Amino acid sequence: MRHILSVTVENEPGVLSRVAGLFSGRGFNIESLNVGPTLDPGVSVMTITTEGDEQIIEQIVKQLRKLITVIKVVDLTDLKSVLREMVLLKVNANDANRAEILRTVDIFRCKVVDVSIDELTIEATGNYDKISAIVGLLTRFGVKEISRSGMVAMKRSIQN
Amino acid sequence: MELTGAQILLECLKREGVEVIFGFPGGAVIDIYNELPNSSLKHVLVRHEQGAIHAADGFARASGKVGCCLVTSGPGATNTVTGIATAYMDSIPVVILTGQVPTPLIGNDAFQEVDIVGITRPCTKHNYLVKDVRELAHVIRQAFYLARSGRPGPVLVDLPKDVMQVKTKFIWPEDVKMRSYNPNLKPHAGQIKKVAQLIRDAERPIIYAGGGVITSKGHEALTWLAQKLHIPVTATLMGLGCFPGTDKLWLGMLGMHGTYAANMAINNADLVLAVGARFDDRVTGKVSTFAPKATLVHIDIDPTSIQKNVSVHVPLVADCRLALEALKEELEPSLIEYDFEGGHLPWVSKVRAWAKEHPLSYQPSETTIKPQSVVEKLHELTRGEAVICTEVGQHQMWTAQFYKFNEPNCFLSSGGLGTMGYGFPAAIGAQFARPDKMVIDIAGDGSIQMNIQELATSVCNNLGVKIVILNNGYLGMVRQWQELFYNKNYSSTCMDAQPDFVKLAEAYGATGFRITEPGDLTRVLTQALETPGTVIVDVRVEREENVYPMVPAGASLTDMLLV
Repeated sequence: MRHILSVTVENEPGVLSRVAGLFSGRGFNIESLNVGPTLDPGVSVMTITTEGDEQIIEQIVKQLRKLITVIKVVDLTDLKSVLREMVLLKVNANDANRAEILRTVDIFRCKVVDVSIDELTIEATGNYDKISAIVGLLTRFGVKEISRSGMVAMKRSIQN
Repeated sequence: MELTGAQILLECLKREGVEVIFGFPGGAVIDIYNELPNSSLKHVLVRHEQGAIHAADGFARASGKVGCCLVTSGPGATNTVTGIATAYMDSIPVVILTGQVPTPLIGNDAFQEVDIVGITRPCTKHNYLVKDVRELAHVIRQAFYLARSGRPGPVLVDLPKDVMQVKTKFIWPEDVKMRSYNPNLKPHAGQIKKVAQLIRDAERPIIYAGGGVITSKGHEALTWLAQKLHIPVTATLMGLGCFPGTDKLWLGMLGMHGTYAANMAINNADLVLAVGARFDDRVTGKVSTFAPKATLVHIDIDPTSIQKNVSVHVPLVADCRLALEALKEELEPSLIEYDFEGGHLPWVSKVRAWAKEHPLSYQPSETTIKPQSVVEKLHELTRGEAVICTEVGQHQMWTAQFYKFNEPNCFLSSGGLGTMGYGFPAAIGAQFARPDKMVIDIAGDGSIQMNIQELATSVCNNLGVKIVILNNGYLGMVRQWQELFYNKNYSSTCMDAQPDFVKLAEAYGATGFRITEPGDLTRVLTQALETPGTVIVDVRVEREENVYPMVPAGASLTDMLLV
């Protein structure tokens, strides 16, 4: 099962390598990883999407907590949370299909961020399922390039 | 007052209670070495950096304090990696100080530059690169705090040359506070009550103790629990010495080369109290058949150890000593209402019957020296009071089986990593920690050659370390596996062209003895142990003796090959 972990870390050199090394060294899987600073310049938050059974996820969480530079680990999977990913897609576009692509962009409330004679670059934001759906629909037009941000996530204020 | 980085470092080491530092100089640490003569620290010059880290490790294990070593950048640092991994696997507190090229050169592939922080990230508890001299005192303070607290382990501090040279005001940080590191030491009261009740209700309990009991100094509480509640005790290699090896409730080691009684007891117990142990594959054998009838209680300070290899019923994250003492407090009043002795009598009798049925044994011989008999003789001659180090292999297992350890911190062996070449430098470290004790490295003829150069260190420091080589001319443990599981295909395990160990000892200024006849064993061993200074005893033993019992890798604990 897919789990989304929010990992608060000390913002210092090597911390990403410690986390990445933990996953590779113990044979855990990272599906996506996203890091950014917080309002406190000394602290960063990583959002890690990973997969495994209950026992493996328990180990991942404990092993992360064991790292000296990790301050806090929250498994957002069982909590009410906001999950967002951004994707940039460069799609083949010609006179015949451009309208169809733009309709899809509209339906999913995406944005066209760059245009050329034969390409459209589309920015889409959403949860995992939405992004997968957009990518799936646009693939048939020919996706030339794709860049995904990985998941960012936050616990919702009200849990009940 | 303004001090240089090197001066601050040495002042910090002194304040952290370091007495001895094992090291080897080089370009990147020359500033530190320049200050050493002005310090009260005792520096021991080793002959290879691997010797320095193992000696620091041996010092830590024998003393219960933090060991410390100092090496230069590049090859000096990489030579310590095996020793760091050894300490990491066995949770030994060591601080490793490595030199580094000056900060402006880092990343330029400078002479003797290596990213040692990157290399040792997976085998240290934590590591640091100090880029600013103003951070130095804090980092050293944190390094020692991390090394000795919680689940101990090695911490490496990389020290660029220019950071050692510049001056700053020295401020000793009185407190160490780390927002991201707060090991949980105290046991959960509810879980203690639960475990205590399980103990009261158990008919066939067993204690399975590991190195955590020794690290936490929990041996007294453990011994109390076992003796008052009549619970048989087994231990891992790392746990040997946490319970008297001569006690009636002692079953011997469990696992691959564990005793028949210990493995049978684990298999039939209804309650297993795992304390400071981590269900290593060498202990459990086939995990799915480990302790099939038992409720498993797991006490460990490291939450990652729990539910890692084996699914346990009652986890208890705590310092082992505190947990055992809490259990003692909880159970002491029960001694009046419960008849533990009577209640456990059928079980204890059964366990003793197993021990009688298949005790640790070997076929004695009048013509060749049996390696087990050498260990037994050493136990007798030292009255079980020596600090014993081992290398890795058959001799290690025979030592674990036949030397009856009565005290903690007296058996020093690379349990987790299985590092050949560990024992002798560790013995040097141990002798510095315990100058009052006889320190013996029981070695194999293969292992001893992996750090034999430290003879110079031992002789140079007038250490009385005794090396007893159980010499069978083979890499015996691998040969045993080849005999049993690889159709006796002794590929690369026969040690041809051995050195003359007696002459080798003499060449280094040590004393050498050789024993080839069983009849000479007692006399010559006695003489060797009484000889002052560093001594090598080359004991020519039965060449193809095997270690039994043996549970083949991946088999159930009850599938033991017996003598």
